[in-house]
Amino acid sequence: MFLAGTPAVELQAVVATIDGFPVLAGVDVRIEPGEVVLVSGPNGAGKTSLLRVLAGSLPVAAGSARVLGHDLRADRHGHRSRVAFVSQQTCCYDDLSVRRNLRLHAAAANAPAQAVAAAMRTLRLDDVAEVAHGRLSTGYRRRCALAVGMTRHADLLLLDEPHAGLDPEARMLVDDVVGEARDRGATVVLVSHELDHARPLVDREVVVAGGCVTARI
Amino acid sequence: MLAQALVIAGKDLEIEWRSRATAVRVVPFAGVLVLLFAIALDPDRGVLPRVAPGLFWLAVVLAGLLAIGRAVAVERDNDAGAGLVASGLDPAAMFLGKAAAIAVELLALEALVAAAMAALYDVGVAATDAWLLVATSALATAGIAAAGTLYGAVAGGDRSHDSLLAVLLLPVLLPVVLAGTRLFEAATQGDAAGGDIAWLGLLAVFAALYGGVGALAFGPLLEEG
Repeated sequence: MFLAGTPAVELQAVVATIDGFPVLAGVDVRIEPGEVVLVSGPNGAGKTSLLRVLAGSLPVAAGSARVLGHDLRADRHGHRSRVAFVSQQTCCYDDLSVRRNLRLHAAAANAPAQAVAAAMRTLRLDDVAEVAHGRLSTGYRRRCALAVGMTRHADLLLLDEPHAGLDPEARMLVDDVVGEARDRGATVVLVSHELDHARPLVDREVVVAGGCVTARI
Repeated sequence: MLAQALVIAGKDLEIEWRSRATAVRVVPFAGVLVLLFAIALDPDRGVLPRVAPGLFWLAVVLAGLLAIGRAVAVERDNDAGAGLVASGLDPAAMFLGKAAAIAVELLALEALVAAAMAALYDVGVAATDAWLLVATSALATAGIAAAGTLYGAVAGGDRSHDSLLAVLLLPVLLPVVLAGTRLFEAATQGDAAGGDIAWLGLLAVFAALYGGVGALAFGPLLEEG
């Protein structure tokens, strides 16, 4: 149960491993509901692994982890309908149109019917609404991935390198996605190397290196 | 869950309709198998009508592997299947929907293979025995689709998933091939009423078993894949 005043994310000494290799080595993070937080750090620091732990796709090996009031050590999937993780994969079917893909995700998430139209409008996908996902350029595929995340109306939006693969004009669309989530009161955690674009969007920054949080800005 | 399963089945059939991937690969492959069997066993020797039931299920299972592999591949590409489950879709609904779509494709395949064999192998079924063909096809197809969807998810995470799927699935489908062959023999020999109907029970148990296990295991398999 997610009570008022409960942090959206509360990790204490969290350790996570992939094939026995520790990718997170004692992470402490607390994020309040409605906050927009940037996770930065060098390649291999554990940024994406941190997002995967929050999404429930990577198990917590040690430590305490609560996301949206849900204990990830007890059940790492129980909160997933309230979390949208936009990774480098678009989670779309190549043979289906953009609109059809978004409708599938909206139906799976029990999102309101207008969510698809709103996401397509925000990401400026109306011109390619009936184009098969497999025929889209890399940039439009990234927009699709963002639209999937937006369509779900999640309480926690996790964005992994949202600016990657987007042209300068399209990068501005990420601002709109984050802004929409902020307006709804959702919590946003974004990982980005493009600090000039990302920093103006966030309330604060967490720096990760070697699987640990090394600085809070 | 049923509504979500219907959404997934509709999605898979729409993907097949748009891509025609199964139609352009599976159907010709099944046709070649039927033709090769006929040439290898020499139509003039009168062997074909007797072995047609077994050849039918071999052709369906081998060609069906391609359809199942394709159904697995669309979920793996772009992490689409895992993404839908992450969106809140019930994994059991995804399993049932995918199995239903595969079953529809297999039934269409079986109709084409049966038509080809009737023309090439000189086999037929009396109207009074047709019920056994229909019942056998329905139960065997449900079993093949359920087991194929489950083992497709097992093999999905492996790089050599196509060959792994064949290695895993073909031995598992042995009871279906055996029961399907026995029942089709009874139907084509005009002995539907006197045939060993217990084989139908085996097909029903097989379909129910893999349907139940698949619905429970599909979510964790998708996550790990």
